[in-house]
Amino acid sequence: MSAVTSRSEIPVPEHPIAPFLRMDRIPHIWCPTCGIGTVVKCFATALEGSALDLDKVAIVSGIGCTGRVAGYMKLDAFHTTHGRAIPFATGLKLGRPELQVTVFSGDGDLSGIGGNHFIHAARRNIDLMVVLVNNFIYAMTGGQNAPTTPLTARSSTMPYGNFEYPFNLPRLAATCGATYVARWTCLHIRRLTKSFSEALHRKGFRFIEVITPCATLYSRLNRLGTGLDLMRFYHDHAEIRHGADLRDLEIAFQDRIVCGKFLDEERPTFSEMKDAHYGKVLGDRYRPMPPEGGWIHA
Amino acid sequence: MKTDPAGVLTGVHYLDGDFACGEGAMAAGCRFVAGYPITPSTEVVERISARFPMIGGTFIQMEDELASMAAVVGASWTGTKSMTVTSGPGFSLMMENIGLAAMMETPCVVVNVQRGGPSTGLPTMVGQGDMMQARWGSHGDYELIAMSPQSPQEAFNLTIDAFNLSETYRVPVMFMMDECVGHMTEKVVIPPADEIEVVPRRLTDKKPADFLPYRLDGAIVPEFARAGDGYRFHTTGLTHDERGYPVMSVECQEWNVHHLMDKIRLNAEQIVRVEEEQVEGAEVVVIAYGITARVTRTAIDMARRDGLKVGFLRLIVVWPFPERRIRELAGRVKAFVVPEINYGQISLEVERCAAGRAATRHVPHGGGGVHDPSSIYNAIVGAVK
Amino acid sequence: MRYWRKPLDIDQITIPHGDVVIIEDRCKGCGFCVEYCPKDVLVMSTRFNVKGYHPPEVVKAGECVNCNLCEMICPDFAIFSVATPPVGEAPAERKEAAN
Repeated sequence: MSAVTSRSEIPVPEHPIAPFLRMDRIPHIWCPTCGIGTVVKCFATALEGSALDLDKVAIVSGIGCTGRVAGYMKLDAFHTTHGRAIPFATGLKLGRPELQVTVFSGDGDLSGIGGNHFIHAARRNIDLMVVLVNNFIYAMTGGQNAPTTPLTARSSTMPYGNFEYPFNLPRLAATCGATYVARWTCLHIRRLTKSFSEALHRKGFRFIEVITPCATLYSRLNRLGTGLDLMRFYHDHAEIRHGADLRDLEIAFQDRIVCGKFLDEERPTFSEMKDAHYGKVLGDRYRPMPPEGGWIHA
Repeated sequence: MKTDPAGVLTGVHYLDGDFACGEGAMAAGCRFVAGYPITPSTEVVERISARFPMIGGTFIQMEDELASMAAVVGASWTGTKSMTVTSGPGFSLMMENIGLAAMMETPCVVVNVQRGGPSTGLPTMVGQGDMMQARWGSHGDYELIAMSPQSPQEAFNLTIDAFNLSETYRVPVMFMMDECVGHMTEKVVIPPADEIEVVPRRLTDKKPADFLPYRLDGAIVPEFARAGDGYRFHTTGLTHDERGYPVMSVECQEWNVHHLMDKIRLNAEQIVRVEEEQVEGAEVVVIAYGITARVTRTAIDMARRDGLKVGFLRLIVVWPFPERRIRELAGRVKAFVVPEINYGQISLEVERCAAGRAATRHVPHGGGGVHDPSSIYNAIVGAVK
Repeated sequence: MRYWRKPLDIDQITIPHGDVVIIEDRCKGCGFCVEYCPKDVLVMSTRFNVKGYHPPEVVKAGECVNCNLCEMICPDFAIFSVATPPVGEAPAERKEAAN
């Protein structure tokens, strides 16, 4: 029973996640002790164990550190404009209904500039899985205040500490109409993977928030140590409370983080509502968009 | 290839320009529209939302124009022909994702039924003040195509052409109507489906392992792969290489941007479309587009009755601009007269191309109405002197 | 493992064993695997990899139970475990990655 360590002269054994990654772009750009890679591994593990046809799984990202996820995954991948991953994904899903579309983006991208699209896609119950990686900051651009930055936390645009109320994202998602709402930290690898697996087999607007460390910006600007120190913090301060009251899910600075699955219900999706309604009102005249998409070519 | 008959409402109709544009889109095979209401364009999507459920299309009214354009780009990547519809203020909002469509080389059509601007301007009254924005609206260097119909019949015909051009050049096409043409009701003849030619999405037949999303292989544009067909491609708004992967280098930027510009510039002669009338031997050529072209005819008739040799050049494709033709004519005419419902936008292009060899007189109009023909007539007379 | 009584199926239960595979030059020295390995199999080495980070190294070879926690938690896809083949069998085929 030995350990195999590979240095550059020795051929590298294949990591189990390799079929899901664009190996020609590895190593990725994320910082040491950043948690995004962990979230990607959990997502890929969930995909591997799912019943989905991976050719029909598309991934859409916005701009930001988490926005780079699409660039590393070996699926039909779209790296779109800031905040617009959700409407882009809506277009993909409605243009070819058989696609399983996942949006993978950050807290600033999805709840800041993308906030309007977030609430409307949830309202309409568009059949999308949205993975929001929350590091409490706009990391890629140098650590600016985000809609999720806790009160009193420092950022580059709140150098004396944040005085704005942040979002309670699971509550926002559920209130707007999401049908599956969960929050985990990237330390909760097994439960996160299970959440991904569950959500991949549901329909409707599924929202999973993943709290991850940002060593280079959030942690450094607030003197919280490395990403490992933040993981230790999650270990000591995360509380798993499935079905918790959504109002209790606020995150104060360096305070408890309530995790768990808060909502898991079925509600007709936008497309199901459309088909049912037109079927009823138009009867035989209704011609739905076929699952493989609108009329394409010869 | 011939279009899908389901979308073609063959017959003789009495339609306004907006409705005709919607019919044109459906006849062209468009099956996804995402829009946001804005006067005076809303009738296009109202028509489409009524007819789409019967022809297998999906219409969604998005929460704003930014989302509309993003959804159009997304839907186009499934191979479905997609379109959005707006006016000036929404056009400004869409610029971000028009840039994305240009960078990702996504075929789509953006209809702008222009109204008086700037800002909220005159919501229910005509303008033509977005013509430069159509070309330069989004940041950075890219080229696209813009067209301008002058009647509801043209709104039908040219929408089909707009889709065809967008497929051929993998570029967003700006369909620059104006409120007058959009809200004017005229006879529109829609031919039988087998008389309508459409350009299909050029799908690759390469195997996924051999496919690179932005590899040209000597063609004008790369072959397309639909999301969901197993190609597992990546595309991005970042400067990218043949693989669709972001590369931050001067060489890649040059390769990338050159291609975006060249595919239109080097093929401009195939794309440019004008309608000329008595231009040979003319002393003055009037250049106009959209509703102004129809007003111009009255002014030209007035001038010709006075014995003036006036030619008329109507822009059907406005961008790329017919540079070569204007340069050619500049050596032979005294002046160009350019009436537009703005304070001088296309006239700047005319002036640039004339390069001083002919005078350029622009006939501005702030918007809210069309020119009085006499203002154009006076400009023609003044130009001849 | 010490039991207060012998379980009835003790001869059927086997504790899994694993071999840790570390792709050293991909490691960014974050320390997650070292911190959270439930069997404390890993420590941070004092070596440098090609990027200047300290990769982990296995110190308790034989203790790994192939739980795959390191594989799941590593953000850089630089470590994973494979089941150790039972005694007497040939080692499992390992495919070479194109790196």
